[in-house]
Amino acid sequence: MSRNPYVRPISKTGWWLKHPRYVRYMSREITCIFIGALAMLMLWGLKRLAEGPAAYEAFLASLKSPAGVLMLLLILVFSIHNATSWFNVTPKAMPVQIGEEFLAGKYIVGAHYAVWLLATLVVLLMAGVF
Amino acid sequence: MTELKKRLVQLEVLRYDPEKDKEPRYQHYEVMCNEEWVVLDALTAVKENVDPTLNFRWSCHMAVCGSCGMMVNGEPKLACYAFLRDYEGVIRVEPLANFPIERDLVTVADDFIDKLKRVKPYLIPKEKKTIEQGEYKQTPAQLMKYRQFSMCINCMLCYAACPEYALQPKFIGPAAITLAHRYNLDSRDGGRDERQEVIATHEGVWECSFVGACSEVCPKAVDPAGALQQVKVASTLDWFKEHLLPGGTK
Repeated sequence: MSRNPYVRPISKTGWWLKHPRYVRYMSREITCIFIGALAMLMLWGLKRLAEGPAAYEAFLASLKSPAGVLMLLLILVFSIHNATSWFNVTPKAMPVQIGEEFLAGKYIVGAHYAVWLLATLVVLLMAGVF
Repeated sequence: MTELKKRLVQLEVLRYDPEKDKEPRYQHYEVMCNEEWVVLDALTAVKENVDPTLNFRWSCHMAVCGSCGMMVNGEPKLACYAFLRDYEGVIRVEPLANFPIERDLVTVADDFIDKLKRVKPYLIPKEKKTIEQGEYKQTPAQLMKYRQFSMCINCMLCYAACPEYALQPKFIGPAAITLAHRYNLDSRDGGRDERQEVIATHEGVWECSFVGACSEVCPKAVDPAGALQQVKVASTLDWFKEHLLPGGTK
């Protein structure tokens, strides 16, 4: 009897289409492109601000154009998906043990949402929305 | 006594004979089973009544030994824990994904065993004690810290579900790192530095991108994905302590 193990081929590009859980994972990973785009946009805005009031006004106007609004909407949707998908797995990374019990995950996730809400309110307050 | 309901079960089993086949092939079987049986029982019925050449591993038949891991309709499962009543139509049974096929449903587990050895999954006591000095004591709270991770039965379903391991076979992988973490969390253990050299590396925990599939398929609710993220957090804190705190070693 001889050994001749068979190694099954794996698609380097199509593996994530084989199961819904891999598609879910990729949908979370793809959000990083939009988070990166937001960071670049912020840097671009800073650069335009440094160039003077006219340049900054032009930058703000470009954001209000249909293409600008569409881009911001896409960034918003993917940013929310990024934040929520990570918040929902935080109990795995940071379990809180109290005596012999572990704090239920919903409190750890809930704390993240609470801080998120608070931070959003502070930013909106600073932006003069209220 | 109530008679158990019978059902003609159709199986499509991936077969591979290393002496004859160039690549695996599917073989169709039909076998009469009790409705309450599991896939492992159906395979045993095939072996006993239809085709004695069919090979598969099993031992305990009660989800404890971890021997009968295989793909059932594309999902990593313990064959003894996959109930026929949960499946309709033809049930496709294949060897555990991401491992080479030795023969039929038997895979080569050498890679996993080697990795398991590398992480030193055993107690390395903080202080050596003689028998006269007594046992290493632990409170229930200290036990709870790692208990969940000690439930691993080395069935390798998590490796079969892990796309990182599929794409990067040098990845030490979910179960081995989880077991390293289990001992690192143990109040009696002092071997963390030795294990960190293996698991806090690019082949170790940093190869994991938190797909989370390992925890979804784990038959013992061990949550390897959780263990790996905790190792990442602890390793990151180590880095900060080493590089940023006064008196750090680097």
